[in-house]
Formats: sequence, structure tokens, C-alpha cells
Amino acid sequence: MELQPPPFFNRGPAPLVRLAFFISLAILLMVLDARFRYVESVRQVVALAAYPMQRIAMAPVSLFNGVANYFASTATLQEENSDLRARQLRAAPDLLQLGALREENRQLRALLAAQERLTGKSVFAEILYAGRDPFSRKVVIDKGSQHGILAGQPVIDDVGVIGQVTRVHLLMSEVTLISDKEQAIPLQVLRNGLRAVAYGGAEGGMLELRFMAANADIQAGDVLVTSGIDGTYPPGLPVATVARVERDAAYAFAKIYLAPTAGTDRYRQVLVLSGEPKAAPPPETAQAVQKPAKTKRVRKREQ
Amino acid sequence: MIMQFQEQPQRILLPVRVSFMVLTIVMALLFNLLPWRDSAGVPDLVAVVLAFWCIHQPRRIGIGTAWTLGLLLDAGNGTLLGQHALGYSVLAFLAFAVHRRILWFPLWQQALHLLAILLSVQLLMLMVRLAAGAGFPGWSYFAGSFICAALWPVLSFALLAPQRQPELVDENRPI
Repeated sequence: MELQPPPFFNRGPAPLVRLAFFISLAILLMVLDARFRYVESVRQVVALAAYPMQRIAMAPVSLFNGVANYFASTATLQEENSDLRARQLRAAPDLLQLGALREENRQLRALLAAQERLTGKSVFAEILYAGRDPFSRKVVIDKGSQHGILAGQPVIDDVGVIGQVTRVHLLMSEVTLISDKEQAIPLQVLRNGLRAVAYGGAEGGMLELRFMAANADIQAGDVLVTSGIDGTYPPGLPVATVARVERDAAYAFAKIYLAPTAGTDRYRQVLVLSGEPKAAPPPETAQAVQKPAKTKRVRKREQ
Repeated sequence: MIMQFQEQPQRILLPVRVSFMVLTIVMALLFNLLPWRDSAGVPDLVAVVLAFWCIHQPRRIGIGTAWTLGLLLDAGNGTLLGQHALGYSVLAFLAFAVHRRILWFPLWQQALHLLAILLSVQLLMLMVRLAAGAGFPGWSYFAGSFICAALWPVLSFALLAPQRQPELVDENRPI
């Protein structure tokens, strides 16, 4: 006790005490964030402080991209141009028929008293960068709550679904990819209408269909589209193709691996679908009213 | 801290400028917030710069600063809030714990010390994330620490350079 340092050498609490204090503070924050999601407002404020630095860090990359674009040779541009024109031409007949088909579909639906599927607005966004968290698969896009993005909205590119908006900041938002471990998406096999739920997190950026019976009618090469029963993803968007199916008599379930159709490493442009798709009615109402259940079944076969 | 023991010839360093410390930390933060296509194996420069200043200037920077920087990175990168705050607090503590001893070693042995510290911090963050339900990101996750340790000699030279400059430049001195 007589060895207490004189006050002018005093350096505050001992390092171990300080460490214990800050560790418990960090653990408190982590528990609140992971279990209860209470600290989103704290995160928003701190993220706003980090935002200018993020913009500065983005500057050299966007400058490099701009310079690279400027010096892209005309040959590449012409090639890309002709390729795009060919693709447009190939898609033209379908596009021309689409208007007529949509009108016909609307009338049929009205006839069936089915819920009209919303065409929905969409927001064009660009991928800024892949998330720097190696534990999850996310990308950050350049549109945020100022542009009307809401958490939960699906994000697609030109060939299929890439994921879902999971966190919205003021000027950008985070999109969790469908290959993330905690992401699940309800699907339907295009060939026979079989419904399933795909989970991310399989090795090599693949998805996995869990709890499908070993004799389920799924083959390698099958195309899976969103089934729309979750009310989040609009039905009919292509998601993945079946890469391989492992059937083992020792297990009750088949192991089915899917390769995602869309790839975030190809294009930077994505579309955030902001029209709210209508959810299927909850089971209670479907039981109470007999008729909508019947029309639902008809609609399913039609898809 | 003023003496740099491995210098040839041994010389007395100038006191550090706080503005330079802040500048280096901001630069490291900017590096960490750079958009990467694949984040596995990217060196965590904030951790190295933080460890450097905690070793060389333990009276000016400590666990509190480290915690705040970690929180900033957590929010900026969208990770679990508190993960880097926890990691960097432990990093600052470990750096403080070895700061009297480590400067007596040559630079490459200092780098080995740093490698052990960085790896244990990464292991801690990995355990926290696994407990929170994330998947194992693969062994390349630890590659960043090795790159950081390899960068240590260069970084120590660069970050000490302003303190090595003579205070009064003598025009008439031959060398």
C-alpha cells in the first residue's frame, strides 16, 4: 500500500481493468446486435460517421474505372454493341408478345378473381463493392433509404435473383446474397412445379435444397424459379439450376446442390424490386373461405 | 520509448507529432474501407498501425481508442457490431503488454511477435462470429495476418521516419 505511485505518475486504471471494461462493452453490443437487433440506431449513427471516409476510399476506384472506361478500345465497344444488338433482336419476338400476353393474363386473372400480381416499380442500382466481412456474403449497392429502398426488398440482375436488401443506410444499402449461410429462398421446379426451400452456405457459393425426399423428382439441370409463397420475392424469377443430386439409401433426404443463375461478379448493375408483392393468405383465412383456396390451386397449375 | 535500440548508429528520436499519428490511422482506415472484390486475405492495416502506436506511444493511445476504431470499422463494413471493437481492444492490450520488451529485438523478430498477436486476435474474432452463427470463412482468412507481419519492418521504418529527421538543419555541416 505504501508503494502507491504519487499522483503525477498516475495513469488511470490498470490496463487489465480497462481491457475488462471495454471487452464487456463490446460483448454487450454484440449480444444486443446478434440476438435482439436493438442497436441498429447506434449502427446508423456510426455508419454515418464512417460514410465520408468510405466515399474518399471509393474515389480512387471510381477514378480508375472512369479512366479505364475512357480508354476502352472502340473494338471492344463495337463488339459489345453488336452482341447487345443481337441479344435484343433475339429477345424481340418474346418482348412483342409480352404485352399481348400480359393483357390476356390480366383478363384471365380478373375472370378467376385472382389477386392481380403487381408489376411493381423497380430501382436501378449499382454494386459499389463486395462486403468486407469474410463471414457473410454481401454486396453494397449505391441506393439507400433516400431513394426509397426498404429492407426486405428482392434484388435481381438481368438473369436472375441475386439476393435481398437486409440493411438500409441513408445513401447505400447492404444486399445479402442468396448464397449466404443465413439466407433461405422458396423455390419451385419449373419442370413439374415441385416446391422447396433453398438455403445458402454450401461450399463453392452453391445453394442447397434441404429436406427433399430421396425419391423427389429432381434431376441435374432442372431450372428453379421463385415460388412467391413467401410474399417477398415475386413468383417466376429464375434463381438457380440443379448442379448435382446425391441420393444415398442411408439417408431419408437427397442432397441437392444448386448453382445460382445470377452472378454478382459479372455485372455491376442490379435492379431492386420495390413493388410490394402480395403474400399468399395465411392458412386461417384460406381454411375459412373455401373459394380462394380453389382458385389458388388453379393458378399454381397455370404457372 | 525515445531510444530506438536497434538503430545504427544509436540515435535519439524526436517526440512524435499527434497529428501524424492521427493521419496514419486515418490512412489505414481508408485502406480498410477500400472496396475489395474478395475480402479474404486483405491485410488489416488498421490493426498493424494501431499495434505500432500502442507499442511506440503507449501513453498517447490505448484500449479506448482501439475500441472506438473497431466500432467505426464494424459500422462501416456491416459486420457484427462490436466484433472489431473487441478484437482491437485485445490487440491494444497485448501490444501494451509487450511494448517494453519487443523493441529490444531486431525487426524481423518484432514481426514474429506481431504475427502471434494478430493471429490470436483473428482467432478471437473467428470464435465470436462462429458463436454468433456464421460459417467458417476458410483458411485464407488468416492470410492477412501473415501479410501484416511481413509489412511490419517497412511500416516501422516509414512510421518512425518523421521522428528521425534532425530538428535543426545545419547548413554548414558536411554530412
